[in-house]
Amino acid sequence: MVNKNARATNPLLGQDHWNIQLDENGRLKHFLTVEGLGSEILTEILDTAENFTSVNNRVVKKVPLLRGKTITNLFFEASTRTRTTFELAAKRLSADVLNINISTSATSKGESLLDTLYNLQAMQTDMFVIRHQDSGAAHFAARHVAPYISVLNAGDGRHAHPTQAMLDMLTIRQNKGHDFSGLRVAIVGDILHSRVARSQIHALNTLNTGVINVVAPRTLLPADIEKLGVKVHYNLQQGIQDADVVIMLRLQKERMQGAMLPSELEYYQQYGLTSDTLKLAKPDAIVMHPGPINRGVEIESSVADGSQSVILDQVSNGIAVRMAVMSMTLGTSAQQTGEEK
Amino acid sequence: MKPGYTIKNKMTKITSPDILIQQLSDKLPPFLANKQITNPVMVGIHTGGVWVAEQLHRNLKIEEPLATLNISFYRDDFSRIGVHPQVTPSTLPSEIEDRHIILVDDVLQTGRTIRAAMNELFDYGRPASITLVCLVERDGHELPIRADIVGQQLDLQNKEQIKLTGPEPLAFEIKQVDVL
Repeated sequence: MVNKNARATNPLLGQDHWNIQLDENGRLKHFLTVEGLGSEILTEILDTAENFTSVNNRVVKKVPLLRGKTITNLFFEASTRTRTTFELAAKRLSADVLNINISTSATSKGESLLDTLYNLQAMQTDMFVIRHQDSGAAHFAARHVAPYISVLNAGDGRHAHPTQAMLDMLTIRQNKGHDFSGLRVAIVGDILHSRVARSQIHALNTLNTGVINVVAPRTLLPADIEKLGVKVHYNLQQGIQDADVVIMLRLQKERMQGAMLPSELEYYQQYGLTSDTLKLAKPDAIVMHPGPINRGVEIESSVADGSQSVILDQVSNGIAVRMAVMSMTLGTSAQQTGEEK
Repeated sequence: MKPGYTIKNKMTKITSPDILIQQLSDKLPPFLANKQITNPVMVGIHTGGVWVAEQLHRNLKIEEPLATLNISFYRDDFSRIGVHPQVTPSTLPSEIEDRHIILVDDVLQTGRTIRAAMNELFDYGRPASITLVCLVERDGHELPIRADIVGQQLDLQNKEQIKLTGPEPLAFEIKQVDVL
């Protein structure tokens, strides 16, 4: 199911690039990709996140779990939802948060990623949350930081966006129950540029999802996508037939070079989710989107705001999932170094 | 239902949980009356404390639904043992402010669980008072926390750990643990 060649061609991802996520006791140390993690760990993340949703619904939305820890958000790429929910997650766990704005930092003066990391490490950072335009950047960081530091991948190139995938799994689980084996999930849109889709497919497979359909024009599908264990559809109507979950992806115009699409209008006519096409899915199907949504490009406004849409629940779940991953990884690293730290 | 246990070497008899809960149900009303506490909120600490609180809540016919507290996000040993996702979340009434709380746990030993529970309660508001009820209070206190109402006082050996198992039936389990 896993494309070994794709991995070997990326110099930033090593041969065993998912193994560095686990400590010697098999517990989560870094969260870099969903790939290679078992269903026990994914379920542990979802269960822990479910507990944290109760904290987020309280009047005082804060627990003292990570008091005294320093978490550095290192975003080399624009982000609103991911960065703010990572920041809120850290703050609700009582950690101190440092947001490094790359466009105004020394990186723009030519400092390398490694030098930036080492400098922040010298400021006693306990965790790096990294978003980077290059696939493998978070792995690279995880291999080079001090052993007590955890690294979370907040999106690297086209490779992975594991916390997004897990917040999507939590949203599906809350709406459709714990057993994914009877579910039909359709992922629609720009699969080619989407690290979200890749992470979702790995997570859905690990959680034993019944059917995973990917729906896109040929120009927006990676070559070997079937090897990930999905069914490919070029026609939206066929792809979302009887679906329990419809995940729409954003058209990543900023990553497109050349003529991948005739026009946005034509894309919308063929692949945009409208209230009419949604009728082909199951009547109780949920509609998801990782955001930001392009209204009238990949999704009709009335669908995005409609009763089947859980798009804003995904945002809320993002905080709980990030709290879960932060507390799990920092809990493990503390365990390793014991009280000496 | 086992009537009781005998601890090796000490010959201490442990009363069965059901009898202890009955005794707590008898002791609690006069205690509350003496403090002029009416309309209290009963809060059980997961997991054993909730089992005890469920029976107490029924016996005392308390109006306000039983609240539960999961203190795993407030533990002081997080840096050593990490998080435990399997425990159910806390369910507290929306208003803790100025309410009289009856906090219920199964075993009081170090006092650290109660410290964590009080920290969590105060995140919901400022209670008028907190009354601590424990099925068993044993030796090994590490904090200046004592129960107001206790089923049974126990003096166990360092290596012995007492645990309430349940919910049906409730029973005590004594284990030998390695002491560092």
